[in-house]
Parts: sequence; C-alpha cells; structure tokens
Amino acid sequence: MEAAQAQWVKVHPLVVRVTHWINAFAILIMVASGWRIYNASPLFGFRFPNDLTLGGWLAGALQWHFAALWLLVLNGIVYVGYGIFSGHFRRKLFPLTPRAVLSDVLAALRGKLAHDDLAVYNAAQRAAYLAIILCLVVLVLSGLAIWKPVQFQEIAWLMGGYEGARLVHFFAMALMVLIALVHIVMVILVPRTFPTIITGRARRMS
Amino acid sequence: MKKRSMETSLADHRGKLIRSIERRLFLKQGLSLGALALLSGCELTDGEGVQKMLLAMSRWNDGAQAWLFNSTKLAPEYPESAITKPFPFNAYYGEDEVRLVDAASYKLELSGLIREKKPWTLPELYALPQTSQITRHICVEGWSAIGKWSGVRFSDFLARVGADATAKYIGFECADDYTTSIDMATALHPQTVLTFRFADQILPPKYGFPMKLRIPTKLGFKNPKHITAMYVTNEYPGGYWEDQGYNWFSGS
Repeated sequence: MEAAQAQWVKVHPLVVRVTHWINAFAILIMVASGWRIYNASPLFGFRFPNDLTLGGWLAGALQWHFAALWLLVLNGIVYVGYGIFSGHFRRKLFPLTPRAVLSDVLAALRGKLAHDDLAVYNAAQRAAYLAIILCLVVLVLSGLAIWKPVQFQEIAWLMGGYEGARLVHFFAMALMVLIALVHIVMVILVPRTFPTIITGRARRMS
Repeated sequence: MKKRSMETSLADHRGKLIRSIERRLFLKQGLSLGALALLSGCELTDGEGVQKMLLAMSRWNDGAQAWLFNSTKLAPEYPESAITKPFPFNAYYGEDEVRLVDAASYKLELSGLIREKKPWTLPELYALPQTSQITRHICVEGWSAIGKWSGVRFSDFLARVGADATAKYIGFECADDYTTSIDMATALHPQTVLTFRFADQILPPKYGFPMKLRIPTKLGFKNPKHITAMYVTNEYPGGYWEDQGYNWFSGS
C-alpha cells in the first residue's frame, strides 16, 4: 500500500484544477460571444464565421459576454490570489529568464524538450502560462475601459481612449487565443499531461 | 433663487439615500443570484433556463452599473477639431425612412410624476438657457463618433417642470415610434442635455429633429431622438431595444 502510493506524484493542487476548468469554460464563452460582438462593427476587414460565435445576434452575444464576465473575473481573483499568497506562482512560474525560454522553445520545436517531471514546468510553459495570465488581466482592464469609458476613463486614457481600448482588447484576445491553441496542441503531443489537470497527480516515471 | 438651491440640495440628499438603498438591494440580489446560478446548473442545456439566467444576469448588471455610476464623473469633452465628419446616421430603420416632424404644430407632452404638465412648444424650449458639449457618441455595436450638441441641461428642465427627482425612471416616446427609458441619476447628470442643435445648426431630421436627449454617459440607443413625450415613473418602462434583450442601463 505504501509503495503503491509512493509511485504517485502530486502535480496540480485542487484550487488550480478547479479554477483552470472554470477559466477554460468562461474563456470559451467570452471568446465566442466576443467574436459576435466584434462582427457587429468589425475593427478590421474581416468578420468571424457566425458558426463559431455565441449569442445568435448582438444582444444575445452581449448578454453572454457580460454574464460570463463575472465568472471569469471572480474565478480569476481566486486563482491569482491563491497563486500569489500560497507561493504557487513563485514556485511554479519562477525563476524565468528569456534565455531559458528561448532554449526551451527551440528544443520543443526540434521535439527534444524533456518533460519527465510533470510537477515542474519548463521555461516555455512558465512563459506561456504567465503570458496568458497577463493577457487575461489586460483583457479585463481593456474590457472595463470599453464597457465604462466614462466611469473608468483613467483606464481608457492609458490605452489611448475608447478606440485605443478596443484595439488593446482585440490584440490581447488574439494573443490569448494563440497561446491557448499552442497549449492545446502541446497537450495533444504530450497526452499524459492531460489527466493530471483533472486528477491532480501523475505516476512517477522512474 | 434661494428656494431653488434648497430644493436641489434636498434632491441631492434624497439621491444619496436612494443610492445607499439601491446599493444594499444590489448586494442582496447578488447573494440570491449566486444561489440561482448554483440551482440552474442542472438545466444549462435547457434553452428557456439559459434565457432566464442571461436575463437575470442582465438585471444584475443594471444594478452593478447603477452602483458604479458616479453622478459627478464627467464624460471627456473634445475640441472642435476632433468632431467626426460626416457624423454617422443610425436608427432602427434606413436613412430614407427618417420621420419628418412639423415644427409649427410640434408639442412636447409631459406626464407622470411631474408637477407642471403643460406641453412645450419649440419656441418655448429654444428660449430656455442653452449649453453645448462636444462628446463621444458610442454605439452598442462598438463604433464611436464625436459630435457637438447644444440645448437645455436636462436637470434644469426637470427642475423647471417640477419632476419628482426621487422617482426611478424617465420614459420617452418618439415620433419614429421609438421608445426608451433611463434612470433618474443619469437624467440629473450635468452632461445630460435636451438638445435642439447639432454642430450649431438646428438638428436636421436625420439627427433627430426637433430634439435628441444627449447622454454621453450612456450608449447611443439610450439617446432618444424626435422625442414627443416623456413621463416620470416608478414602474420600469423598458424600451424598443431593451425589450428585445439589450441591457437596460447600458451606461458608459
């Protein structure tokens, strides 16, 4: 019994697993409804395919966007609060140097990035997870500036006003979606990481 | 003069009391909403349940926005050089269907919790003290445009006709069959102006002749044009777009 237990290593704490999935659900709603909102008055010369959007029309999309907003923000506060105060961020995401990120990304592209201990994130993962957290912070701030360009005019001002905040919101979304897609591709390439974000543990390799 | 300033300070005081009550109600609603979200989890696949949840969240967001609304925070104003030319036309119909209102026979009707319900003619309205603003009009679709509007400060007009400033809503009926309604706090905001001019000219029909209520703290569709009647009430009045699912408060 003791020996069997010793073969399992704890990878993700419960708070991280729960907030990860709530976050994934909230982001899916925010992106799909956000694309519909974008389509009502496109910033650029294209529209998102309506089949990939949520809400059916602008009013429906806005309802979804401003409902899921609360889920995203409250869940985000729990996750970031936990990450900071438990030392989770400090232990898992740092130290982080540009050199380490570059060498890990190059190794990953050559298919040579080792990921034996699932409890330790390599530099490419650290950078990606940190970037997605920052993207979400920027998305929420720029979203507040677009939603309330009078009440939160100081935030809007930092982004070059209302129209600037729309651009910031769009590009932060684009970067976040890109990182999320890479994240999903990596999980598909290294499938044994997938159960750990549900069960929280992995079998020790050696 | 003295009497009027006392009235406004009383109105301010009542406003604060109402806001604190609204705040408490908002927090209370929040708790029941959390419970509702847990309960409705099982029927997330049911279309009707989803619609109810989304509408409940939209009502919750009305409360959140009323709570966030700062009656002394001003919308940014711009120089003449920032004005968008041409200013876009927007309505629930095409530009070729713009309603023409006859200036000579026009009367603004008042009803509900208003002391002096005498209708107003255009010359009477034009004779009131006028103010101008250059502000950003933001559409619910996302685009925005800067324009210059002039008219009478709405809070002055409401004080003049003896509107009950403790009432919750003001509803509007328009010559183009459009309707909308706003909260009293926004109606009393210093930048909420009953405008008769656009770019220093009498409002052309496409921008809402004879008047548009300009509210730079709300989205464009909450700025009614061609207003023919307004009423003060405590019963939620809804509106053309609001009844179809757009968020009622829609504040900026």
